[in-house]
Amino acid sequence: MMVEAFSPRKYMRDLKFPFCPGCGLFSVSDAFLRAVHELGYKDLSKFVFCSGIGCSSWVPSPYYIGDSLHTLHGRSIPVATSVKLVRPDLNVVVFGGDGDIVGIGLGHFIHAARRNADVLVIMTNNMIYGMTGGQVAPTTPLRTKTTTTPYGSFEHPIDAARLAAAAGAAYSARWTTAHPNDLRKSIKKAIQTKGFGFIEAVSQCPTAYGRRAGFKDIGEMLKWFKESAIAVEQSKKMSEKELEKRIVVGEFVQRSRPTLVETVYAMIEEAKAGAKQN
Amino acid sequence: MKSSASNTYFLQGNEACVEAAVIAGCRFFAGYPISPANEIAERMSTLLPKVDGIFMQMEDELASINAIMGASWAGKKTMTATSGPGFSLMQETIGWAFMTETPCVIVDVQRVGPGTGQATKCAQGDVMQSRWGTHGDYSAIALSPNSVQEMFELTIRAFNLAEKYRTPVILLTDETIAHLREQVTIPPLENIRIINRKKPEAEDKAFFGLEEVAPMPAIGEGFNVAVTASTHDEYGVRFTADPSVHTRIVRNINDKIRNHADDIADVESYNIDNCQVGIVSYGCTSRAVHEAVEEAERKGIETGYVRLKTVWPFPEKAVKRLAQAAKKLIVPEMNLGQIFYEVKRAACSAEVIPINKIGGGELIAPEEILAEIERGNP
Ligand SMILES: Cc1ncc(C[n+]2csc(CCOP(=O)(O)OP(=O)(O)O)c2C)c(N)n1
Ligand code: SF4
Repeated sequence: MMVEAFSPRKYMRDLKFPFCPGCGLFSVSDAFLRAVHELGYKDLSKFVFCSGIGCSSWVPSPYYIGDSLHTLHGRSIPVATSVKLVRPDLNVVVFGGDGDIVGIGLGHFIHAARRNADVLVIMTNNMIYGMTGGQVAPTTPLRTKTTTTPYGSFEHPIDAARLAAAAGAAYSARWTTAHPNDLRKSIKKAIQTKGFGFIEAVSQCPTAYGRRAGFKDIGEMLKWFKESAIAVEQSKKMSEKELEKRIVVGEFVQRSRPTLVETVYAMIEEAKAGAKQN
Repeated sequence: MKSSASNTYFLQGNEACVEAAVIAGCRFFAGYPISPANEIAERMSTLLPKVDGIFMQMEDELASINAIMGASWAGKKTMTATSGPGFSLMQETIGWAFMTETPCVIVDVQRVGPGTGQATKCAQGDVMQSRWGTHGDYSAIALSPNSVQEMFELTIRAFNLAEKYRTPVILLTDETIAHLREQVTIPPLENIRIINRKKPEAEDKAFFGLEEVAPMPAIGEGFNVAVTASTHDEYGVRFTADPSVHTRIVRNINDKIRNHADDIADVESYNIDNCQVGIVSYGCTSRAVHEAVEEAERKGIETGYVRLKTVWPFPEKAVKRLAQAAKKLIVPEMNLGQIFYEVKRAACSAEVIPINKIGGGELIAPEEILAEIERGNP
């Protein structure tokens, strides 16, 4: 079988990404488009993209050649949920940042996982509010200096991938931009999984995070990701204290339970059958 | 409700709204529980699945209004229903709908505010919010029914205006009308005019701002449509560098409403050219006006009225005409004065007198309006 070579341009409008040099978002987009390519999609006509506001939300829209709804900050998930309900035949993919998905949009995130809404959420976790200039985020590690935590952050960060699994997601995985192959493979799996899929891509934001947090360059940030990464299985044997400075990577859940599309359409069939009987 | 003859029912305002929405073609509803709008979601949850429609109770009003945005772009006619607190939460997304030109209907069953106020009591405090609730420059459409029959008719109209002008439309009702039970006549379905959004031709690419109302593609139809509430060009691509692009799209979302104010602004008027005293009212408050006017005429005072079936765009022409005849205009409202200032602006030299009542949900009585008509008219 002849496999066509991968080219991101095939899926992209003739526009340049707005990201800073060295931003991890280039890698996140690359992993997604490679996954799409490897799954055999020649174009994005079977996809719909929903995103919120933030650097991470600019990955699909308007850059990908496909339908895209650029929604408000934090609101991409309810938009994606309804799009999927109306068009169950399409793959609905959400791109967003950690602020967008598990800061302002956290309620929607948990409910989408609970409902097992058939959408895939790809959250780029740069551990900061990037677009607004580097304020502390709910994902920022303890004691990190940001523009609003000049003495170091004093709140515990959220564990989004574990939260998704606990809330009912069908698939949840976390990788970093230092794990491009694992990230791509997980995205492929998530696209093929029915129900709520969640990918957390820990990613470098050299501009708003790296500089202030004391990283010399991108290489140092990627080295940090590689060295602090620890597999889910291994992490289970470690204490909270030991895990404080680690990034747990791998799959947090993969399961099959009735999805929102399935339960809604089953209910509609029942209502219609009942209406005929009456 | 399949019959081809007119049918008469005894319905509550909220129920009539749902019947009309389904007839108008609404096939996606998302909402969050709140008094006094609950009956809308409850009836929707029963009716929609039977017609292959989708009902979702979401986690909050933010999710509800955003869900109807997605469903509208997926090609459905959509609606949500709420009351003041939920309406406040929805405002940011209503702005998204204006900017992206997303048709949808938002029902606001007004209750006493601000804050939690009085959850089950009638008020008319959201009039200005329905015009200016979200940030930036836009022109809103808000309709105000004053009977259960009109709840039916104006819900159909709300969908038609939303589709015709590709814009969010607010059905600004109130607790009294929503919970009122009255007879409603539903005409044969073939006699009800239904408007559907203009769809693009296969070769169309510009879906924003070049025409007054551009065709609207749906997701998954192969148009590769980009939708954003950031300043965007005609293809939907964000373009914030050129102020003229912003001016064009924002002027357009305003002009497409303002230039058609005569088509949209609808009133019921009575004796407006020959009256000494004129009354401007809307919604629940207007129900007391008929009686007050009858009584005043019996006493020999020529009285006329304009009842706003559309509050936004404000029916300025009709109010101006009333103000030309009447020396005095009376504006009864269940708030501390909102439409009052619009009337004052339109009335030029006529005297404008407010009658205001808030809290407790007690309606303004015909006698209170009559007393004001009589004042200075022996
Ligand atoms: C309601 C609202 N509040 C605040 C903002 C300002 N804002 C824009 S982007 C952003 C944060 C983005 O952070 P994140 O989602 O993590 O994305 P990143 O830029 O880091 O990729 C904020 C707070 C907004 N657009 N809307
Ligand atoms: S600010 Fe950070 S996240 Fe945003 S584009 Fe620049 S490097 Fe990337």
